[in-house]
Amino acid sequence: MGAAMVLKKRFEAVLEGPLEWHARHVPELVRTGVSQLDSATGGLPRGSLTEITGPASSGRTSLLVSILAAATGRDEVCALVDAEDAFDPLSAGAAGVRLERLLWVRCGHRAEHALKAADLLIQGGGFGVVAMDLGDTPPETARRVSLTSWFRLRRAVEHTPTVLVTVARQSNARACASLILECARRREEWTGGPPTSSRLLGAIRVEVARRKPAREARAHVLLPVR
Amino acid sequence: MYCCLCGNGNLIALAREFSPAVEETAPGVATLDVAGLERLFGPVQDVAAAIARRAAELGLKISLALAANPDAAICAARGFSGVSIIPQGDEAKFLATLPLALLAPSPELRETLARWGIRRFQDLAALPPLGIAERLGAEGLRLRELARGEADRKLARLELPEDFAEEIELEHPIELLEPLAFLLARLVNGLALRLATRARATDELRLRLTLENRAVNERTLRLPAPTLDTAALLKLLQLDLAAHPPEAPIARVRMEMNPVRPRAAQSGLFVPAAPEPVKLEVTLARIQRVVGKDRVGSPELLDTHRPEAFRVIDFGRARPRSGGPAGARVGFRVFRPPRAARVALDGGQPSFVAAEGIRGLVVEKSGPWRTSGEWWTADSWSRDEWDIALGDGALYRLYCEPRGWFVEGSYD
Repeated sequence: MGAAMVLKKRFEAVLEGPLEWHARHVPELVRTGVSQLDSATGGLPRGSLTEITGPASSGRTSLLVSILAAATGRDEVCALVDAEDAFDPLSAGAAGVRLERLLWVRCGHRAEHALKAADLLIQGGGFGVVAMDLGDTPPETARRVSLTSWFRLRRAVEHTPTVLVTVARQSNARACASLILECARRREEWTGGPPTSSRLLGAIRVEVARRKPAREARAHVLLPVR
Repeated sequence: MYCCLCGNGNLIALAREFSPAVEETAPGVATLDVAGLERLFGPVQDVAAAIARRAAELGLKISLALAANPDAAICAARGFSGVSIIPQGDEAKFLATLPLALLAPSPELRETLARWGIRRFQDLAALPPLGIAERLGAEGLRLRELARGEADRKLARLELPEDFAEEIELEHPIELLEPLAFLLARLVNGLALRLATRARATDELRLRLTLENRAVNERTLRLPAPTLDTAALLKLLQLDLAAHPPEAPIARVRMEMNPVRPRAAQSGLFVPAAPEPVKLEVTLARIQRVVGKDRVGSPELLDTHRPEAFRVIDFGRARPRSGGPAGARVGFRVFRPPRAARVALDGGQPSFVAAEGIRGLVVEKSGPWRTSGEWWTADSWSRDEWDIALGDGALYRLYCEPRGWFVEGSYD
């Protein structure tokens, strides 16, 4: 008799009745558009909150844009709640985001507006990805968002086919996030040599590590500039 | 049971007083379906009498006939003056004496029938159908059916444009939006019910508020898809009025809905789910209330090399463009507005940068890259760009223009 069966028998003895064991619901995973990351982590879970964290120039926005490009490529409708008005449609369009399937909500440097808008979008339903970009929000402002608000967002997105993604400098949702991806810049690659007018920023090498669930998963990604 | 009115005057208006199913058969001839009127007026004779009485009240001189099928009623109304009631099954006998000209046969057929000596309904009705089919074809058979009063068909109903509008004049002007919501709910529910009974929905709702100071506040809601969702319509109205409140108490409310065919769409089994259009409209209105009206939409790129060349248009209005995953690329974050920077130069190249939230020695750089355009207009631009890496590892795009140095954004 396996350990699970022994435990079940003991529980049933305590509860004075048969115990039904249900398999834990495994969320559907969707691709991020970064093949190395998909291989390492399996993708992003639907109906869950995913946090992408990291300092400036660590590839957070690149990863977010890639997620949006992959989702709009699947004909899903996506929403980007942009707390700091930092989204660049030109580079996103070049990265393959179908802009006509993207709803862009600009919150004018108000993180609380971003939370409210994200909540309304999730409640409205029908979106493949709802992304909330707090990447340039000062950490102290982002930290002031109460855990209750994050819990509300998590509850709202549960049992929906929506992927909720947030981008920030550090993890804010903590226990409410199902997946935390931490980005770090390794080095940038410049092409050409001196003088500087003949050089070009060619690419950035970043590392994306999964921090939650705590199982080791890392991906090294080369992000070309053009 | 059908009734045919034959005469001069507004027969359609008279017919509509008795039935919604009215056919404008010909100029001066209207046919209506009177089935069920016996519950209101009694036996069929009383129905005929009621119609004749109303025609007399309106000053119309008409002949009317009631029969089990529309064509028998039409023939009788055209052929006999006064009121005719044809008992079911006796149509052929009733119509027997009418001249064949009433059926308006084609000239060739009329000539053929005249040669045969067929001049009245009873003559044609007596001919064998097989012989008529062989000699006169389908038109002959059709005329024989009409002459025997056996032709049956449905009425070609006349659809009149309907005015889906309701108005309330208030005894005491309303100052607050909350009590106004109750009136709006009454109007929305009433109009939606009227639309539903005619299998219609609405894609545009117009609200006209006449204010106490005699000013008029008009609001128009255009919906992305036809709907009869009264809760959504009411919420959209409330949000719109909250964003554009009337400047004086409201004395009169008029609401109008544009009737259109309801949306009939079936999603594919494997098509990804998308937001339901009307629900999305409510969601967007709610978000606009929080962040501002011009801050929600889809970005659309403009055909120019000018920096920040895009505009934001209403979501769902953008033309689809080809696209799709192009592989991961470096993203760019824009500082809006660009951050004014103090830059120290070394040999014409930036060596130190300080701006809001940015400060450090430049450890790597490339540039200057000159961009300029639209020099033929007053709105030209020209600037030198650098890509720089600071000591803390962050990568920025720096540019210099006549107004000074600015950090445009960061590579991320």
